[in-house]
Amino acid sequence: MAKHETPLLDQLESGPWPSFVSDLKQEAESRAKNEKNMEYQIPVDAVDDLLGVLELSYKHGRTHWKHGGIVGVFGYGGGVIGRYCDQPEMFPGVAHFHTMRVNQPAGKFYTTEYLNNLCDLWEFRGSGITNMHGSTGDIILIGTETRQLEEVFYELTHTYNQDLGGSGSNLRTPADCIGQARCEYACYDTQAICHELTQEYQDELHRPAFPYKFKFKFDGCPNCCVASIARSDMSYIGTWRDEIRIDAEAVKGYVGGEIPSNAGAHSGRDWGPFDIQKEVIDLCPTGCMIYENDELKINNKECTRCMHCINVMPRALRIGNDRGCSILVGAKAPILDGAQMGSLLVPFIKVEEPYDEIKEVIENVWDWWMEEGKNRERLGELIKRQGFQKLLEMTNIKAVPQHVQEPRSNPYIFWREDEVEGGWERDVVEYRKHHQR
Amino acid sequence: MDIEESKKIIVEKLTKKSKTKSKFYLKDFYKMIPDEKPRAVKNLVNQMVKEEILEYWSSGSTTMIGLKGVGKQASAEDEA
Ligand code: SF4
Ligand code: SF4
Repeated sequence: MAKHETPLLDQLESGPWPSFVSDLKQEAESRAKNEKNMEYQIPVDAVDDLLGVLELSYKHGRTHWKHGGIVGVFGYGGGVIGRYCDQPEMFPGVAHFHTMRVNQPAGKFYTTEYLNNLCDLWEFRGSGITNMHGSTGDIILIGTETRQLEEVFYELTHTYNQDLGGSGSNLRTPADCIGQARCEYACYDTQAICHELTQEYQDELHRPAFPYKFKFKFDGCPNCCVASIARSDMSYIGTWRDEIRIDAEAVKGYVGGEIPSNAGAHSGRDWGPFDIQKEVIDLCPTGCMIYENDELKINNKECTRCMHCINVMPRALRIGNDRGCSILVGAKAPILDGAQMGSLLVPFIKVEEPYDEIKEVIENVWDWWMEEGKNRERLGELIKRQGFQKLLEMTNIKAVPQHVQEPRSNPYIFWREDEVEGGWERDVVEYRKHHQR
Repeated sequence: MDIEESKKIIVEKLTKKSKTKSKFYLKDFYKMIPDEKPRAVKNLVNQMVKEEILEYWSSGSTTMIGLKGVGKQASAEDEA
């Protein structure tokens, strides 16, 4: 029997999709039964009270959580987010209900044993509720009391070889796509660089030193499975600068219908025979492909590596051989000025250990932002305020055509006074002698 | 930078303001010790957190810093 009546939440379960409400109820029940005979360290009915306070919030149309807190683990300025309920008498099980962020492994690879252990630890010292994974990429452990924080942290770091992730004005836990581990589109080893930069910038991850949050994300190709272009301050997107490799035989296979397009992803319905003109050539955003006399040709100079043709015919078309990544900066979810996508900063850079060139770009960007960024100003907002040209100057990157979105909109190439003979000053009196107003 | 001197300045300034304000951005600390490089001030602030003179406060998205045990938050967050 549920501890609190939750008619509004129950309604959420009626839709066709899996419901977090059902998950919570299942967890509440499992804690009550306690088949593993655990000595729960926080109230056994924490999840019941969580359902209760959520129901109340739905009823009132406002939250019953207070904002933030001072809790954390010793020496770290991130990884724990204090959460307190503002109705502790009604819901004592969630009076203190802090969130812990755990740094997920690169590519999110786990063993079943590890996941079992993690869940048991959290059942024992927390609410048992997790979010796999939060939008930053971390493993999110939802709900525990202050005195459990150090205990969980000790277990994670000593027994499971796992660290807390970033929160607050820190470098946030870097996140990557699965990359070369499983994906043939990957233009660089996303997991290697994600792991390396996580290690290199431990201080920035755990000790708040920035004006606001800062996120790295690594996508192995422009398909952008971790959506780095939309949600990271610095986005690394795999690309190549030579030609798309064409296997002419396989192209024939697709045209003849022997190989299913999109690796069979759309085979749940009959879409009719494959039409290379309609489905590939006509959809190429730069119009750089042509199919003539049973032969496919690509004008690679015009290709923007959008991935469309490769996604449709993965066996016939493959990423080029001269691979690296593009670095984009300044994306953020809406804060002040609406959502903003990343702007291209480095068109092409090789991604090779020890990544010194990439680290140099990162550190130049940070130096500028830490110096000039206002409190709670994201990199993208600073770029808007001081100009992309300033960013180029601070990172010692020369303006190139790839920085220009379209002619006359953002040329980024301006003369400085000391580069112009005679400077900006002129003799207006002399000028007026020859030119009327 | 004289570390002890700088710590004293920080504690003094924070104490003075503690009636109206208990949480500060890291940038505010840079202004308290204007002659030092921001990086050095950041390290000093982290050091003072370790020494339990200062403490972090986090909303989840932003981090602020204040004197340990000062402000409404501290008394509201008992050790559960
Ligand atoms: S972003 Fe590209 S390389 Fe990475 S998993 Fe997705 S398709 Fe593969
Ligand atoms: S990757 Fe995109 S732009 Fe390049 S050839 Fe294929 S469809 Fe055209």
